[in-house]
Amino acid sequence: MSNNSDPRTQLTLPSGITVEHDPDDLWSDSRMIVNIGPTHPAMHGALRMAAKLNGETIESSYCAFGYTHRAKEKLGENRTFHQFIVYTDRLNYCSSLVNNVTYAMAVEKLLGVEVPERAVWIRMIVSEIARVVDHLVCVGINAVDLGAFSFFLYGFHQREEAYTLIEKLCGARLTTSYTRIGGLMFDAPEGFEKELKAWVNRTRKVIDEMDRLLTGNKIWHQRTIGVGVFNKEACLKYSYTGPNARAAGIDVDLRRDQPSMFYKNVEFDVPVAQNGDVFDRYAVRIEEMRQSLNIIAQCADRMKKGPIWAEDKRVRIPDKDVVHNTMEGLIHHFKFFMTGFEVPEGEAYACFEAANGELGFYIVSKGAPRAHRMRIRGPSVYHYQGLSSMVRGEKIADMIAALGSINIIAGELDR
Amino acid sequence: MLESMSLFHLLTFLKFAVILVIILSVAPVMAWVERRGSALMQNRLGPNRIGPLGLFQSICDAIKFLFKEDPIPGHVSKFYYALAPVVSLVPAFMTFAVVPFASTIEVDGRVLGFQLADLNVGLLYVFSVASLGVYGIIMGGWSSNNKFALLGGLRSSSQMISYELSLGLSVIGIIMAFSSVHLGEIVQGQAEVFRQIGPFVLPEWLQVPKWGILVQPLGFIIFITAAFAETNRLPFDLPEGESEIVAGYHLEYGAMKFSMFMMAEYINMFVASSLIATLYFGGYHGLHWVLNLVPLEGMSREWMRIALELGAFFLKVAFFMWFFVWVRWTLPRFRYDQVMELGWKVMLPISLANIFLTAFAVYYGWI
Repeated sequence: MSNNSDPRTQLTLPSGITVEHDPDDLWSDSRMIVNIGPTHPAMHGALRMAAKLNGETIESSYCAFGYTHRAKEKLGENRTFHQFIVYTDRLNYCSSLVNNVTYAMAVEKLLGVEVPERAVWIRMIVSEIARVVDHLVCVGINAVDLGAFSFFLYGFHQREEAYTLIEKLCGARLTTSYTRIGGLMFDAPEGFEKELKAWVNRTRKVIDEMDRLLTGNKIWHQRTIGVGVFNKEACLKYSYTGPNARAAGIDVDLRRDQPSMFYKNVEFDVPVAQNGDVFDRYAVRIEEMRQSLNIIAQCADRMKKGPIWAEDKRVRIPDKDVVHNTMEGLIHHFKFFMTGFEVPEGEAYACFEAANGELGFYIVSKGAPRAHRMRIRGPSVYHYQGLSSMVRGEKIADMIAALGSINIIAGELDR
Repeated sequence: MLESMSLFHLLTFLKFAVILVIILSVAPVMAWVERRGSALMQNRLGPNRIGPLGLFQSICDAIKFLFKEDPIPGHVSKFYYALAPVVSLVPAFMTFAVVPFASTIEVDGRVLGFQLADLNVGLLYVFSVASLGVYGIIMGGWSSNNKFALLGGLRSSSQMISYELSLGLSVIGIIMAFSSVHLGEIVQGQAEVFRQIGPFVLPEWLQVPKWGILVQPLGFIIFITAAFAETNRLPFDLPEGESEIVAGYHLEYGAMKFSMFMMAEYINMFVASSLIATLYFGGYHGLHWVLNLVPLEGMSREWMRIALELGAFFLKVAFFMWFFVWVRWTLPRFRYDQVMELGWKVMLPISLANIFLTAFAVYYGWI
């Protein structure tokens, strides 16, 4: 064996010939290479892994992505700040509300706009609903990939109910585009708090039921414990955040450690596990859903009547009666939508604990109504890059389990 | 011609026809049960648009399967590719030939048995024919010339061969307990009264039939577990393993060829359920007490008895079919190496131990 920095090693073939052999080079010997994805049912139609197999064991692999690349960051430099909100929906489409909120926070940071109290509470509520929905999808799909289909549908029923709630807020279920710079597009309807609490109670019961169905199951233990292990060091090396990092014992949660909005004023625990395997990631997500439901219940109690949009002429879309009845209002409205509002020169990075990990928007403004540069930190990118080393030496079936447990959302990965 | 065409012959032909129809209709009926049953478990409706309760959905599916284009991909080995579905379907049909679903009745002075072939080595026949089914799956996986299909074929061959061992060994206990490999005799043996559990004699008033599950509880657990593995159902559906190796051995199949694989799976399930009912749950016994409630005499009483036996048998089979569906929608899937480990390190030793235990019990006259 030569020095460690060079992965190439000498390999002596049975015929006596010595060749240079790179263990990371998939094509260096005659093992079977299988392209798993992008049309593979567990690869979401957007991921591809080329795996070198020995039997069913993955000896080495590489992950490819970019199948749903839509140049989101470049679009951010060509759309006005308000127009870009719809693009944020399409990042992590399982929890688009968190993307809306985080993006609005980044622009508000540049503008120095203060968001009214009620809007902040509603933003917190929708962020947590989105987190619950995202986790339901993640643990559900993970279970489907391991053959437990009913578990997934229990969660999905609750997800549909959550979408019905979201629909009451903004009229859309999946692509919400709910936030506006400085506030929200619509106020919560009459009696929303009551419906919210009813949903919280129902969802608590369903999560308990899901917990009972799967968490103690022997087959589930066999399939998940010690599988797809990504320990603390590896997580730090690959910049893992969110539930995947917490499952490996990294006790970081931006809601608690860098509290934005009113997260200081609500009580919640941050679940942390130690082993960083598929089971721990599952367990952390299940517990996080319970904590999110607690946060939602607290927010629903504290929400008061009030404005939902900052009284700032620059960012606020003028009311319809002003537009229709006054000349100044009409001109304002026209300018607002034709050119957008100018954001002062500067740069800002706003990050928030999204369902998957740290979601950040880095915006550079040169004083124009469009961003000069925009960069999005999607947690899935970092998680996906670790997959190849996570599953080295494990079975194909374990790779599917590991992939499901780190919750790669292609919209956020490819952007 | 008409003279020689006695009632007995007519009934025999009718019997063939009925059995064929039953087997052929297992797949569509089970497809419906599986869809509606899973929907019931998952708080949803399932197919409910076509016919009452969506019952005709399966007919529509069958029509679709028949009229769909049936392409043969260019890269497959054509002969074996076309042969594979047939090879997996035919043994499934053949296995059912020896299962008795009612006892005999005398018509025109001749004995009419309610099974296609009354073989004296029925149980051996079942296992020898059932093990042919795996060739269809291996052929399908190999001839498809697809890496995922190949993996599916490999998985199924090792899985089915491993579990056939435990399946066969678990049944040896039954053969020892009832001293027969003739399925009819095994069922008759289960009509006796269960007298003792090991050395403990049960009281006189407790009249329990000597069903296989009471005589061979351990054997039953091994048998039903191995039956799940043999029929490739969850938690042992690794040869298909949809989320891992896409669809496994039938990945390259479409239209009626795919449908034949699916039919083979359901018919295998049907055969497995009938074997469970026959070997461990008294076969067609269990409803004879109804006879005492109805005032019937002579032939009509005999026919009533046959009807009750058929009813009891198919009720039991239906329960175990439902059990297959129930388990499928409850449990997650094993991993390939775990299935092998379970088969060789757990099931095989237990089934061997079961044989020794049964031998002891037979020696001491407990059974």
